[in-house]
Amino acid sequence: MSVVTGTHLPRAVVERLHTTGGRWTALGAAAVVWVLAYRVNGPLWDAAVYDLAGLDPGGRVGSGVHFFLEDTVKITLLLVGIIFVVTVLRSFMSIERTRALLGGRRQGVGNVMAAGLGVVTPFCSCSAVPAFIGFVAAGVPIGVTLSFLIASPLVNEIAVGLLATMFGWRIAALYIGAGMVVAIGAGWTLGRLGVARWVEPFVFETRLGGQVIDSTAGLTFADRLQMGREEVVSILRTIWPYLLVGIGLGAVIHGWAPQDFFTRYAGASNPFGVLVAVLVGIPLYSNAAGVMPLVQALHDKGLPMGTLLAFMMAVVALSLPEMILLRRVLKPPLIAVYVAVVGTAIVAVGYLFNVLLA
Amino acid sequence: MLIKVLGPGCANCVNLEKATRAAVAELGLEATVEKVTDYPTIAGYGVMSTPALVVDERLVLSGRVPTVAQVRELLAPTGS
Repeated sequence: MSVVTGTHLPRAVVERLHTTGGRWTALGAAAVVWVLAYRVNGPLWDAAVYDLAGLDPGGRVGSGVHFFLEDTVKITLLLVGIIFVVTVLRSFMSIERTRALLGGRRQGVGNVMAAGLGVVTPFCSCSAVPAFIGFVAAGVPIGVTLSFLIASPLVNEIAVGLLATMFGWRIAALYIGAGMVVAIGAGWTLGRLGVARWVEPFVFETRLGGQVIDSTAGLTFADRLQMGREEVVSILRTIWPYLLVGIGLGAVIHGWAPQDFFTRYAGASNPFGVLVAVLVGIPLYSNAAGVMPLVQALHDKGLPMGTLLAFMMAVVALSLPEMILLRRVLKPPLIAVYVAVVGTAIVAVGYLFNVLLA
Repeated sequence: MLIKVLGPGCANCVNLEKATRAAVAELGLEATVEKVTDYPTIAGYGVMSTPALVVDERLVLSGRVPTVAQVRELLAPTGS
């Protein structure tokens, strides 16, 4: 029986790829192709949309269509690169190691560590429930566990990578700092409120059996590269509808929305701007990749950066599906307090940024 | 041999179940493959990242989807 490799490349190519040298060559070649594609993307759509199709760069249709095509390719390329690199790097961490680091930590230091580890630990929100049970059953305080669960989706590599390429490293660094502050502050506050009574009792009754398996220990470098490739495919497969909707909305705003439409409701002059943005963002369910084109288009329309980052955080950190998932381990009052505390922290960060960046 | 695939039913869990069934077939093992989806039981095995694989009540893999060849290696030492 032959081993299934998951590829349909000719045998000679497959054999060459499975040598160490061949693997590095393939990685280098992929990097070169990526850079070329990224460089050529803008000029290509300039030529196709404005020269070939003859649309007016200043017109609504022309700029909208151009925005859609250029952003679709650009964001897809960025996602592929970012997800691959981050997955390979993160494969040196694991949730089991994170829990060992957090075990027995007190509030305060524990919250700070949990938020930091939430950023670097490989974690899928589909594992939020077993991770919550595993943390709490191992003696990690609930507030500290919540800091981890808030930081993990909020300060994720996709959000940071996309922000850095579109708005520069300063904004990306501010976003990381703000996300950490929200996760630390909200987790600490929830811990202080003594929310243990609102956690489903079975969590405390769960006895951890068996030995712990470190999910990423003992992998070869080839395994890690393979994980990176699989993660790219699996994430793109999940998020492409959100991405297209986000870019589509971005394109419509870019081409059609009147200049003062958004600034009137959420602009710098409106004192409730950040609040409005967060309240709109909470029920929206998308991810960082889907929100980014919207953020970009709204930024072009003159909305302040603090308001936009708060909007993005609200969309990414608080969503109905996540609340439904957390409902398995948290009782409704705690879910409500969770949304209120995290939402308030995000609003505060938004106003702070608007002052800092003004 | 009793093999349990642990996971709440996400895409990765389905992929792990497929890989496991393929490995069982390739090795010609006499094994029952069943799915475990409820959280208390999953957590009870000490699993924090799904999907995970339990062979004869022993946790052998957690947090990733292995290839069929890797599952075969995991099953071979415990198999008869």
